[in-house]
Amino acid sequence: MAPPLRREDVAHVARLARLTLSEAELDMFTEQLGQVLEHANDMSALALDDVVATAHPFGLTNVVREDVVTASLERARVLEMAPDAQDGRFAVPQIMGDAP
Amino acid sequence: MSLPHGWEMVVGLEVHTELQTATKMFCGCANAFGAVPNTSVCPVCLGLPGALPVLNERAIDLAMAIGMALHSTISPSTFHRKNYFYPDMPKDFQISQYDLPINAGGYLDLPDSTRVTIERAHLEEDTGKSTHLGGSGRIHGADRSLVDYNRSGVPLVEIVSGPDIRSSTQARLYASELRAILVATGASDGRMEEGSMRIDANVSVRHADEPFGTRCEIKNLNSLRSLQRAIDYEALRQVELLEGGGRVRQETRHWDENLGATSTMRTKEEAEDYRYFREPDLVDLAPDIAWQDRVRAGLPPMPAERRATLSARLVGANDAQLDALEVVIDLGLDPFVHHAIDAGVDPGLALARGANELAAGLEDIARLNRDAFSATLLMEQRGELSSTQAKTVLGELLAHGGEPGTVAAAKGFEQLSADTLGTTVAELLAQFPSEWERYRDGDEKLAQFFIGQVMRITNGQANGKAVVAELRARR
Ligand SMILES: [Zn+2]
Repeated sequence: MAPPLRREDVAHVARLARLTLSEAELDMFTEQLGQVLEHANDMSALALDDVVATAHPFGLTNVVREDVVTASLERARVLEMAPDAQDGRFAVPQIMGDAP
Repeated sequence: MSLPHGWEMVVGLEVHTELQTATKMFCGCANAFGAVPNTSVCPVCLGLPGALPVLNERAIDLAMAIGMALHSTISPSTFHRKNYFYPDMPKDFQISQYDLPINAGGYLDLPDSTRVTIERAHLEEDTGKSTHLGGSGRIHGADRSLVDYNRSGVPLVEIVSGPDIRSSTQARLYASELRAILVATGASDGRMEEGSMRIDANVSVRHADEPFGTRCEIKNLNSLRSLQRAIDYEALRQVELLEGGGRVRQETRHWDENLGATSTMRTKEEAEDYRYFREPDLVDLAPDIAWQDRVRAGLPPMPAERRATLSARLVGANDAQLDALEVVIDLGLDPFVHHAIDAGVDPGLALARGANELAAGLEDIARLNRDAFSATLLMEQRGELSSTQAKTVLGELLAHGGEPGTVAAAKGFEQLSADTLGTTVAELLAQFPSEWERYRDGDEKLAQFFIGQVMRITNGQANGKAVVAELRARR
């Protein structure tokens, strides 16, 4: 059984998603996420030793498409959706830290 | 470079190669390098809500071809989400394979006969491309970044080697052999300078026979030269750190080609927080034997086999020829060389023209057919074209196509007929009797003098070898 969710775990996950949470929000999400995880713990408690692990609810494999080009979106339409664009590209604020 | 006495480096490489498919990994957008930014994008590769990925069959074919060439076991596999927050990944996760890759295990034998184990070769998608503006141009100083998502979702295979490499030279050998294999399978164009093949190097050092040391990962090396230099620098840095009583910290490092040094990008602990979980929008991948056999049947001979076949035709090759052979194999030019040898061209000449003129014109190689290549070399061999003229004809054929005889004629390379050459030589001998006398007495250097004179008179259209043959015949 997984240990109970701690407030610092929530703060850590929020930081990974670059979310700034207030102290009150941290309290709220620790409680809410904790309830979700407790539900998962309930499932872990079931005796499922003889049940084969299921990777996916559908019994399908090898769903593929042919390597044939289909129409892409109009660039003007794409960039319209962005808060900011420059030189045909999405403009984003200064990057916080590096890509992993 | 060698490390101070008693130290050994341990290197494992992660090679990312973009696959040569028509479309992206999970959508029908064109997989087009160099297209106008953000013109090859759709809801799937932009990560718009509700868009669903569907696997590209061709990407799976190519991934399996790579696995087969590396003696991997093709295995039932699944897809995961690798979560991280960065603007070049619009979904905020990258779809990758995690615990169950399509290719498990395998090996690659280097030309020096070292066997490097392959841990896995898995499918994943590429990210978009960021350009950083402002500041010093380095990521940390940038005011803002511009993102092009054309590359987002382009299929990649990541090939992970075991920690079996023991020198930077060997690392380079591995990367170049792997590149030749990727090109041979048709999976990749192998163009490191365009980013279609990128390498991360895991480097640690130890005293021989001790357990592995703490490793650092150097990211995104995009040339064989950078790979070799970065590994040497990093291994020496670690040795010096340890000898000075320090400790290597596990981290990701960045290689600066201009500084010739690696520097910390981030510590590893942070980077491991990818929160992998199953991609719920994709079902399992389990190519059956029939599918695997279809891919296997289409596999061409691999570089190791081609190297052996060609070198068998180059008995007594010198070092320069062995280097030329590597170039020809790496670039996939050996069919031209074989064709020429079959047509009666001297193997050394066929190899030299392949490794130099063809390699230099690789971009245009589609314009040159093998018959034209062989015919040009035969003309050179028969003395109908000088070496310089033959090279010019090959250059012309690569640039514009055509037929060697026509190209030579258009260039004014009409061969000097044997009669004309004979007359020219006879006139020269009469004109320079004392030089001719010395040559007849065995002063071979004077052959060069006569060649020079013939070239002057014929405006360079004569063939040096033919002149020497003419002189010998009269001696
Ligand atoms: Zn797309």
